[in-house]
Amino acid sequence: MATDTLTAVQQEYEIVIGLEVHTQLLTDSKMFCSCNTHYANDEANTHICPVCMGMPGVLPVINKQAVDFTFMVGLALNCSIPELAKFDRKNYFYPDLPKGYQISQYDMPFCVNGSLEITVNGAIKKIGVTRAHLEEDTGRLVHSANNWGEGYSLVDWNRAGIPLLEIVSEPDMRSPEEARLYMQKLRSILVNLGVSSGKMEEGSLRCDANISLRKHGETKLGVKTEIKNMNSFRAVQRALEYEAQRQMEVLSNGGVIVQETRGWVETRGVTVSQRVKEYADDYRYFPEPDLPHIEVARNWVEGIRSQMPELPDARRDRFIRDYALPIGDAELLAGDRAIAHYFEDTTAALQGDDIAGRARLAANWVMGDLSRLLNASETEISNCPISAPHLAALIDAVTQGKITGKQAKDILERAYQTHESPDAIIQREGIASVSDTAAIEAFVQEAVTTNPKAVADYQKGKGNAVQFLIGQVMRLSKGSAKPDVVQPILIAALDKLAQ
Amino acid sequence: MAATKKKTPETAPWQWTIHEAADQLRQKKISSVELTQAHFERIRAVDSSVKAFLTLLEDSALAEARNADEKIAKGGNLSPLTGIPLGIKDVVVTKGIRTTAGSRFLEHFIPPYDATVMTKLRSSGAVFLGKLNMDEFAMGSSTENSAYGPTHNPWDLTRVPGGSSGGSSACVAAGEAMGSLGSDTGGSIRQPAALTNTVGLKPTYGRVSRFGLIAFASSLDQIGPFARDARDCAYLLETIAGYDPHDSTSVNVPVPNYAAELTGDIKDMKIGLPKEYFVDGAEPGVTKAVEEAIAVYKKLGAKFVDISLPHTKYGLPCYYIIAPAEASANLSRYDGIKYGLSLHETAKDLEDVYKSTRAEGFGPEVRRRIMIGAYALSSGYYDAFYKRAQQVRTLIKKDFDDAFGKCDIILTPTSPTTAFKIGDRTSDPYSMYLADLFTIPANLAGICGISIPGGFSEGLPVGVQLLGNTFAESDILRAADAFERVTDFHTQMADLSASAVKPKRKKSS
Repeated sequence: MATDTLTAVQQEYEIVIGLEVHTQLLTDSKMFCSCNTHYANDEANTHICPVCMGMPGVLPVINKQAVDFTFMVGLALNCSIPELAKFDRKNYFYPDLPKGYQISQYDMPFCVNGSLEITVNGAIKKIGVTRAHLEEDTGRLVHSANNWGEGYSLVDWNRAGIPLLEIVSEPDMRSPEEARLYMQKLRSILVNLGVSSGKMEEGSLRCDANISLRKHGETKLGVKTEIKNMNSFRAVQRALEYEAQRQMEVLSNGGVIVQETRGWVETRGVTVSQRVKEYADDYRYFPEPDLPHIEVARNWVEGIRSQMPELPDARRDRFIRDYALPIGDAELLAGDRAIAHYFEDTTAALQGDDIAGRARLAANWVMGDLSRLLNASETEISNCPISAPHLAALIDAVTQGKITGKQAKDILERAYQTHESPDAIIQREGIASVSDTAAIEAFVQEAVTTNPKAVADYQKGKGNAVQFLIGQVMRLSKGSAKPDVVQPILIAALDKLAQ
Repeated sequence: MAATKKKTPETAPWQWTIHEAADQLRQKKISSVELTQAHFERIRAVDSSVKAFLTLLEDSALAEARNADEKIAKGGNLSPLTGIPLGIKDVVVTKGIRTTAGSRFLEHFIPPYDATVMTKLRSSGAVFLGKLNMDEFAMGSSTENSAYGPTHNPWDLTRVPGGSSGGSSACVAAGEAMGSLGSDTGGSIRQPAALTNTVGLKPTYGRVSRFGLIAFASSLDQIGPFARDARDCAYLLETIAGYDPHDSTSVNVPVPNYAAELTGDIKDMKIGLPKEYFVDGAEPGVTKAVEEAIAVYKKLGAKFVDISLPHTKYGLPCYYIIAPAEASANLSRYDGIKYGLSLHETAKDLEDVYKSTRAEGFGPEVRRRIMIGAYALSSGYYDAFYKRAQQVRTLIKKDFDDAFGKCDIILTPTSPTTAFKIGDRTSDPYSMYLADLFTIPANLAGICGISIPGGFSEGLPVGVQLLGNTFAESDILRAADAFERVTDFHTQMADLSASAVKPKRKKSS
């Protein structure tokens, strides 16, 4: 959808968005049994047991690692961690739900009243986090058809019982872009904490969005729709842009928004109605009698807090403070732990006393050419063939005038492809051979200055004087300068002398 | 009452108690195989009338008996249960052995795992005769709600054996098993014990692992033993009790050697008589038997104190909100998708799979309770029903806390009536619910209770209930054992031969 259409919506209406994000947690075992969680490419129903199958007589046992991870996320999102929490049963029938209820948390979740900061147009905006609670994932339905074309479904329970953390935001986002930024920031935090693989396309991170419109100045919320099936950050933004426009068209034609669940159809770029909610779902929540209430001792929470890695916002603020980076750069570099480390390693390896200057150079190279190369080859920075010290050496070579920036970019790209160190390329090929005009200009100047006779011969029109001077430049460059590169520079220099 | 030198009882092996049989096994007077065979003979003789068993396990039982005999031959540290033939209520899952919960839904269900109590009993060397009939999903007080037909009371085959653990009570009363496991959610062990002249103990909530107990009401269910005396119950309980990491509601309290605490000495034990249990409701014959039991305890040196459990009258309504509410969720897994009955081949669509399978698989009482429970949890009704019931439950628990400040144990009738006729109450659910009037509060409070044979009324057994504080099983077992030492009600067994004479089992100590 074109941005100007969205602008049209925003001229008349305020867009109100809240997100419900689910992430699988990277625990070793499932939420309530000891089944292994690494089912990704395994055959259906190979990671199951009576407990996650919901067999008669089974009982759940809480996975402490999942609770620890939940507290980590809660603390990272500035949540309060209540002293008492409990699990509840959420009752509904669906073939992928083994027990006919999902063990979830209703009114006493592990984490409440938090917030998350996003950077919109260079300014920080705080998005409220209502709660974060722990539950269990469902199985997966595989739809198929028999030889006669009759459809049927099979259930794979490998996913059933994987710990699922639901993070519910306040309806604080005012544009689809903000929703995308929130998702990206949240993913960055979850991945940084090491609790989520953060893969939207694989479903380990999922997003449902509630969106409504209201006239500017109106305080009451409009009727919302819930958008599902958005499998990428881009899809989140596109789906909400589409939905905002759709709602505006309904409203401006005098219609009313129906409270419903709509699915984003990526291929068609539209949302379609899935299910009309005439009344709120009645899940008949009640406290899970198979699990005692959980008393959350303060030293438990503090123990988790002391083990927390540095989080993106804190790192961003540190980058601004220590390296004087602009907020946009700091946000970008701090968001991914591996990128942040690479940036800091590069900065540290650079020569010179001006730390801000070094950081600026490192930031430019990491966010610029290096990112481009990584993206083009779909490589994580942790697998980057060029190490941070090597990148620093290359940048130093530019700073010291040994090579030009343009040459450095060329060397970087070649080193990236061949997995050589940039230094090795410089050493082997010599500086001039790589068409370093600055170096060649220096040799040309030297040749011209030390050979006045040849210059005079050139000015008299003697053609072989040029060949002689090229030979001198070649000698000065120890044979590494290419004659076809030297010639135009030499002639330019000679012509300049003649004026 | 000094223990006398053990000698071979003059009665048939199927009439012995577990501790009598254990002595005979150790003295090699009988083998476990012989003991087991004697029980299968007894089952063949009487179970066509009693109908306690849903599944018989003769081959595996005899194999277990042979193993037990080998163990006994080797000697060493044996469990009192080694080689002892037992029956298991069909609500306890047994690996590789069909487990129906009395429901059509699980008619062909073979569990892939053993309940924790089964694992414990197996390692004790016990012998498993078979799986026992019960009210479907343990919902009922007469065993008439079994999808496989009612069990009959061995004392009068036209009457119910109580429920829901009616198979468990009847098989012990009829000499078809030396002991059995049942489950008690609102009285389902104690009430059938009372109606069949057996001893049935409901442990404290959390005393015995529920892992592998097919759930009815998770916050109330407990597995417990049936036997022919308190000592046998003590042996069974100390084998199955204990913390289980698979059950987060089981409690990590050490398991006492219950049998060792049966000293016979209850002098100065303070027994509370709750006035609310003696005002109305009970049959005259029941009241009379209970009064006589009180007299016996007085002679034994116990002190009686009048106590009040003021919220008793709310027990029944409170229970009939909480138990169905939990059941409505616990039974949602029976949906025709994964195991058990499924009508998916004839169903129109997914919703029809659920509706037709559940309509076919569940009996009327189960359907009734699912509906009551789902209603009580519904949005808009939750506060008025479920939440209120939980608040009342707290008050009932507090009643008992206060009471146990004044007494050591509490004595009441177990059931307001003796065994009623099969069919008498099936058309009136409420009259059936009243059968558990005196047993339900213990489940709501999570305390332990035992029903012991307290006499007879018009030839039918009357049970006396002793309630103990949480984890005070030793107290009620000691009081039960002391009573048995000076009475002979518990030694009487139902006569299933043509004659109406009830032979006495010879007392061994």
